Amino acid sequence: MEKKDMLRMFFVGVGGQGVLLATRLIGEASLLAGIPVSMSEVHGMAQRGGVVESAVVLGNRASNVIGEGEADVMVAFEPLEALRSLAKCHRGSLVITGTSQIPPFSVTQGTSKYPPLNDIMTILSREVGNFYAIDALSVASKAGSEQAVNVVLVGFLTGLMENLGNKIFPSLDFFAKAIELIVPQKLLQVNRRAFEMGYEESKKSNAGK
Amino acid sequence: MREIISCQNTDVFMLGNEAIVRAALESGVRFVSAYPGTPSSEIIDRMYEIRRETGVRVEYAVNEKVSMETAAAVAISGARSLCSMKHVGLNVAADAFMTLAYVGVKAGMVIVTADDPSLHSSQNEQDNRFYARMALVPMFEPATPQEAYLMTKEAFEISERYGVPCIVRTTTRVNHARGVVRVGEYQTLQDTEKIGGSFTKDPFRYVVVPMVGRRLRVELLNRLKKLEEVTEQSHFQIVKGDGRLGIITDGVSALYVEDALRDLNITDKVKVLKLGMTFPLPKSLIKNFLESVESVLVVEELEPYLEESIRAIAQEVGWVGKIAGKEYVPRAFELNVPLVRTAISRFWGVSYKPRYEPVPPNVVPSDLPQRPPNLCAGCPHRATYYEIKKVFGAEALYPTDIGCYTLGLLPPLSMADFLICMGSSVSTAGGFSIAQDRPVVAFIGDSTFLHAGIPGLINSVFHDHRFLLVILDNSTTAMTGHQPHPAASMTREGLCKPKVRIEDIVKACGAKRLEIVNPIQVKKTIDTIASIYDDLKREAGVYVVISRSPCPLLERRVVRKPQKIFFHVDEFCDGCGKCLEELACPAFYRENNKVQINRLFCIGCTVCAQICRSIKPVRIDSK
Repeated sequence: MEKKDMLRMFFVGVGGQGVLLATRLIGEASLLAGIPVSMSEVHGMAQRGGVVESAVVLGNRASNVIGEGEADVMVAFEPLEALRSLAKCHRGSLVITGTSQIPPFSVTQGTSKYPPLNDIMTILSREVGNFYAIDALSVASKAGSEQAVNVVLVGFLTGLMENLGNKIFPSLDFFAKAIELIVPQKLLQVNRRAFEMGYEESKKSNAGK
Repeated sequence: MREIISCQNTDVFMLGNEAIVRAALESGVRFVSAYPGTPSSEIIDRMYEIRRETGVRVEYAVNEKVSMETAAAVAISGARSLCSMKHVGLNVAADAFMTLAYVGVKAGMVIVTADDPSLHSSQNEQDNRFYARMALVPMFEPATPQEAYLMTKEAFEISERYGVPCIVRTTTRVNHARGVVRVGEYQTLQDTEKIGGSFTKDPFRYVVVPMVGRRLRVELLNRLKKLEEVTEQSHFQIVKGDGRLGIITDGVSALYVEDALRDLNITDKVKVLKLGMTFPLPKSLIKNFLESVESVLVVEELEPYLEESIRAIAQEVGWVGKIAGKEYVPRAFELNVPLVRTAISRFWGVSYKPRYEPVPPNVVPSDLPQRPPNLCAGCPHRATYYEIKKVFGAEALYPTDIGCYTLGLLPPLSMADFLICMGSSVSTAGGFSIAQDRPVVAFIGDSTFLHAGIPGLINSVFHDHRFLLVILDNSTTAMTGHQPHPAASMTREGLCKPKVRIEDIVKACGAKRLEIVNPIQVKKTIDTIASIYDDLKREAGVYVVISRSPCPLLERRVVRKPQKIFFHVDEFCDGCGKCLEELACPAFYRENNKVQINRLFCIGCTVCAQICRSIKPVRIDSK
């Protein structure tokens, strides 16, 4: 993937997990780094527990909608949503999923079953080139807020991209400034910490080497 | 957000809708009016948030027709105006729109219509490009936030120069795209107290009776000729490449074409005409383009709007090359790069081998649990549905309307039987009630009632229809992001006094009986509804219940009162599951044959504790 002149990234999660903020963060960091960037979001039902999707395209491409088999990177905030969106990916995709599950209502009600987490992980790691699972919720809560799962995942992705030698994705320094730009003052500390801890995780797992 | 005002001559990362806002500000817009609707809502929302700083008068209109008429009067008075709406909003405004095109405007007026291919949050995916052709008004179609900015500015100029409102037709992927926009200069208005327009009386121009309309119709056609010159010359009509294979495209489809050609490695063989102004179509430009290529593929989302016109132009000029469109490019739903790539490779027989094979869709189990949006924990609509169902049962017919409460469609609530458009609950309830014997209960939200429900109510009163209308009044336009409306008692900025009282309207319309209930009080509400049901069986007429309880999402943000209790299930729960089947609050979950309540979701509304003895309050200690 590192030799290509563009990077298509697909983000998916559940309303309330901060998917849109995560992609905005990458968008702002890219703008600061002078990387061509465009995004598309599907808004609307976020507050009512529905699926939220957002796409970021970096580099030499015009469109920002990601079709089937076109995502070079997929970041899922929730394992079931990672599985549901898997057809967005190709064999060489980098896929990251947060491991904490948010059961849909039909599951909590007992009318349908959440697939076993192990099965999800098995399918994901079998089907794509590069797969990582991270307990972003614990990292976020160690950083000081469970709300910061989104920023942990962006930090983790940033570290992975570095490990993989990706030349398009913005480097670490630009995120510090981007966080300052879009995170409210009172949440700045927590989010900085969450980003750093997510980034550190990517180094621990020695991922991509 | 203030960046939208403060940035000057720089690159900004903006939502398409924000780019439209910025362009309108730079164009000196004085008045903006809209009824919210996805994917257009951020235009009016941003304008409203910054209205004090900008001095622009911003109004949340009662419906799209009203917004267009108000904005038209301002533009006819010499001040620039903008109104924005989702695609179906233009149906509501169409009556005003068609004749406004005859009358024209003095200052620039821009109408943004935001189409929603793939129906991300709409009831249909109608193609509003046909509205421009029907009304004979110029139309711009941006592909990116940058173009949305540039075209909105140009639309104001063209509108003012030719005295005609202009359409900026977007799609979800433009409104909700974020991209880099090079903005220009903007200075906030100085004389903000009054718009200061003027109107010179000229009834034989502005009062469209038949004799005036006849003259205006001829003027409209003459103006169309001038506009045809504009679109022939427009710098938004872009020709790229010089191959012998031709593609004609518009809007976001142009982006997919660009990427698909690059993937197929045939950019040098193809010549692309990207139309930025798609009404009136530039006939000479298209003719010249056709004559420079061997065959043409028309790549557009939704209907064959361009394709049919291009076929007609080809026939007119005697061009005999092959034209293809919808037999290769899907007509339903959004396009994307793979779909367009496939269309191009099939039409010209170009092969494509991706660097990596896609993950085959069949590796994803087909029976994954769905995650549809749901009524929030503590939503008063759920309580109302519970109470109505207790009295009327599953057999009654439940026409519904557009808003959060439409989510009551999902099982186990299953409290929605019919819906086509804003306001349809009331009038269809009338129709259903005369066509059959079942009891009919219609649901409509407060904002939707004011938008399109009142004429239906009056009609049904007039004709002695027999049904119960439940107005679900949560005091805000919740679904689209908590916009205020005339009867709202709270806005995102705080509590307020309603300017209009829904109960006064209902009474004035002549409802047979009106009751106002608080759905959070379960027993009392059920008793009231039961007594209405008795009356309804005895005597025809329209009975109305206003079920009033504020949207907790907004209320928590506005009132900021700390939660005092949450609920839990005690050890005597026999696992009967009635609470799950009948109330179905998303805070409930099943564990070891018992029902539990997720305390993180529970907002302490108390409704479940009123229907089950095993559900008990727990006081939250204030720190």
